[in-house]
Amino acid sequence: MAQVTFEEISASDFFYRNRDIAGFTNPTRAIFAAIRELVENSLDAAESLKIPPEIYVRLSFEGEASKETQIYKLRVEDNGCGVPPRHIPSAFGQVLFGSKYKLKQQRGTFGLGGKMAILYGQITTHQPATIISSTGMSHIYMYRLMIDIQRNRPIILDRKVLLNKEGWRGTIVEFSLEGDYLRAMPKILEYFKQTAMVNPYANLTFVDPKGRLYKFTRATTVMPDPPKETLPHPYGVDVELLQRLIQVTPYNNMLEFLKNHFHRVGEITARKFLEFSGISPSKNPKKLSHEEIVRLMHMLKKFKEFLPPDASCLSPLGEELLKTGVLKELKPEFVAVHQRKPATYAGHPFIVEVAIAYGGEIPQKGGFLIYRFANKIPLLYDEASDVSVKVINDMNWRRYKVTPDMPIAIVVHICSTKVPYKTVGKEFIADRPEVRREIANGLREVARQLQRFLTRREHVDRERKRLGVFSKYLPRIAEFSTKLAGKDKPPDIEKLLRSVRRFGAEGV
Amino acid sequence: MEPKEYKSSIIERRKEVLSSLQNFGLKIYEQLDRGYFPSIDMPSRSTENIYYDPKFRQFILGDKRVRRSARNIRHLKPFAQLVWTALFSYELTSQRKTSTLRDVYYSAQAYEMTFKDQQESNNIITDLETVLGFSREDFNIFPEERSAVFGDLTIRYTVPGYEGKTLNLTSHPDGVMIGPALTSAEFVKTTADKVIAIEKGGLFTRFIEENVHKKFNALLVLTAGQAPRATRHFIRRLNRELGLPVYIFTDGDPWGMHIAMVIISGSANAAHLRDLTTPDAKWSGVWATDIVKYKLPTDPLDEIDMKRLYELQKDPRYKEDPLWQREIKTFMKIKRKAEQEAFSRYGLTYIVDEYLPAKLEETK
Repeated sequence: MAQVTFEEISASDFFYRNRDIAGFTNPTRAIFAAIRELVENSLDAAESLKIPPEIYVRLSFEGEASKETQIYKLRVEDNGCGVPPRHIPSAFGQVLFGSKYKLKQQRGTFGLGGKMAILYGQITTHQPATIISSTGMSHIYMYRLMIDIQRNRPIILDRKVLLNKEGWRGTIVEFSLEGDYLRAMPKILEYFKQTAMVNPYANLTFVDPKGRLYKFTRATTVMPDPPKETLPHPYGVDVELLQRLIQVTPYNNMLEFLKNHFHRVGEITARKFLEFSGISPSKNPKKLSHEEIVRLMHMLKKFKEFLPPDASCLSPLGEELLKTGVLKELKPEFVAVHQRKPATYAGHPFIVEVAIAYGGEIPQKGGFLIYRFANKIPLLYDEASDVSVKVINDMNWRRYKVTPDMPIAIVVHICSTKVPYKTVGKEFIADRPEVRREIANGLREVARQLQRFLTRREHVDRERKRLGVFSKYLPRIAEFSTKLAGKDKPPDIEKLLRSVRRFGAEGV
Repeated sequence: MEPKEYKSSIIERRKEVLSSLQNFGLKIYEQLDRGYFPSIDMPSRSTENIYYDPKFRQFILGDKRVRRSARNIRHLKPFAQLVWTALFSYELTSQRKTSTLRDVYYSAQAYEMTFKDQQESNNIITDLETVLGFSREDFNIFPEERSAVFGDLTIRYTVPGYEGKTLNLTSHPDGVMIGPALTSAEFVKTTADKVIAIEKGGLFTRFIEENVHKKFNALLVLTAGQAPRATRHFIRRLNRELGLPVYIFTDGDPWGMHIAMVIISGSANAAHLRDLTTPDAKWSGVWATDIVKYKLPTDPLDEIDMKRLYELQKDPRYKEDPLWQREIKTFMKIKRKAEQEAFSRYGLTYIVDEYLPAKLEETK
């Protein structure tokens, strides 16, 4: 009989063995994913201080790795909040260590992406990563690190402390990795363009291995309010969470328990709920039996009068910024944006924002251009599986006088404390009925606005054409009839032309 | 008739045409000058407004009228085209220049009054005919010509460069083309006492070679298939102004029969016009009964021929004279047709020596 051995593997080891699920599938995807993870961390770092992000990305060629792959050095600089020196080794050299486990909307979710990139670089090139960071205080800290994969620990190879004379604040990450830039290039450039669209307050600079400079300049310095941390919403709790809350709560009656551990539950709502569920307000939560906890969870889900989660834990772009971003990157003739009210799926608040853009520089390609975003991240892969694509395809566009041959771009942005991704790779959003409904309603609203625009434009066009016909032919009729009648002076037709204009469209 | 009278008829008519064009322009000018969108009324040319008038023995337009108004965006362009066409016709007529339908189409482009196609410009010309009651030949606009005349008729040209010059229509053995110059010429004198119109060029040449004009004292007119309007008008003038009876010889089939009918009673397309018909002209052959009587070599009538016969049978123009109905029924019965050349089976001169005198006598 063979001996079965159980072996505990570290988180680093786990992701090393399963790097596919984090998006580092092949040299092309890997280089795209590395850039993307680091840029997203940088955006989060700047936004947490409500500072317009200033991000510089440089990818430089180091040498051939194989016939198809090359070694590149990736450098990402930001003006974000910086990492406190004592956290730097762990933040960059230990998988699943990070600041992203609380309930608020951020781009990254698992504290995984940036470290996966560094880990991938180390695996493919055996080179250490360099981290330079300052929180803007008196010193700048520089670390050279590697990750001890089996023990999931950072190995510090070098550490320097420099005087921060100019008061610099931000983080610089630099490491080498293997990749295939030529293949990845279209997606990387598309990524920057779309990132610039939903972060119109960010300056993005990218220098590629050929030395080409891509610059995406901010169109505004207005930024959305940063998200706040929040309590769980009653609709989103499960038995496990309830038990944990009961364990840690300092309160010994149900009224205070509900008021203090749940999102948007106040005195009145708590009392109404307790009456609805037949639980005494003075009951000590720690005395609840297991059956009572299960019942409590069901009652929480059944009670209709909880207020919906407020959006304070979310940081949507807002209609103005979304419009700015779309105008900046797509340069359309017309854009309509709409932000839905906050909604929830399984107790997680989310907000859907949509935009529809028409004409201008949007190409006519026999179908809509679809831009998908989640927490201000562009989603570039697996478009066909995404819920918004399904909603768009199911919509009856003809009702809005919209046909696929029109130059139209559709933007769908979902922000949530927990975006319902289908995969760790964060490529597409799962088909949740709540999410689907919000997207559909949002699209209907902007489609209506587009329809109004198209109708109005059609009307103006028709009027312009009508006027054109009158001002072309009336003078001719006057000229010919003058000659035919043998008169010297043509009749005055200004009055007639004016009368045509008076009935015509304004502004023509 | 007196030669003097003929002269005044041509010149008078030109004056009338010019003044009606000018009045048309004045009417529009005045409407514009008073600050109105100009509009004009004209008889409707739609099929439900075309009637056969037994008194005139031709199709005429009924009382239904249509209004073209420059206020209407859809009428605006055709309206401008109509006024331009009137101006163009005025200039043609007053400068005594002629032009073809094709010319009109191209000339418009010089005035930035482009027509979509020839059909559009032809329609506008027909509109002008309808508004003014004159035919396009009166405005010196002619279609492509192919018909001709031969015989002892002396004419005097009125076209510039030839004004006052005379010509005897026997002077060219191929005949003289019935073009703008001939159409606008005055008749001076003739010894002929009848007109023979012939459908086909071959027979026309044969008749000239065989001296039919002398033997029968006739003017020979080649219609070259369906007679053009200018030719129909010319035949009418020969009939009205010179008092000559007209005999028409066509192939012995429904189409030949209808060529004769259009010369006699006109077409529905020209219902808005007068003076294109010769109601007293006679269809002298080849009749269906001639096919039987002369035992001519024949071809069978095909499906399209038969269909045409049924159409003609119901046509009001064919109900005037029992001859037509009799011949239609005979065609239907024998289901055969014969060309004019079929008489050649009895020798090349048989048609001139035997058939022609017999038919002229029969249809006198």
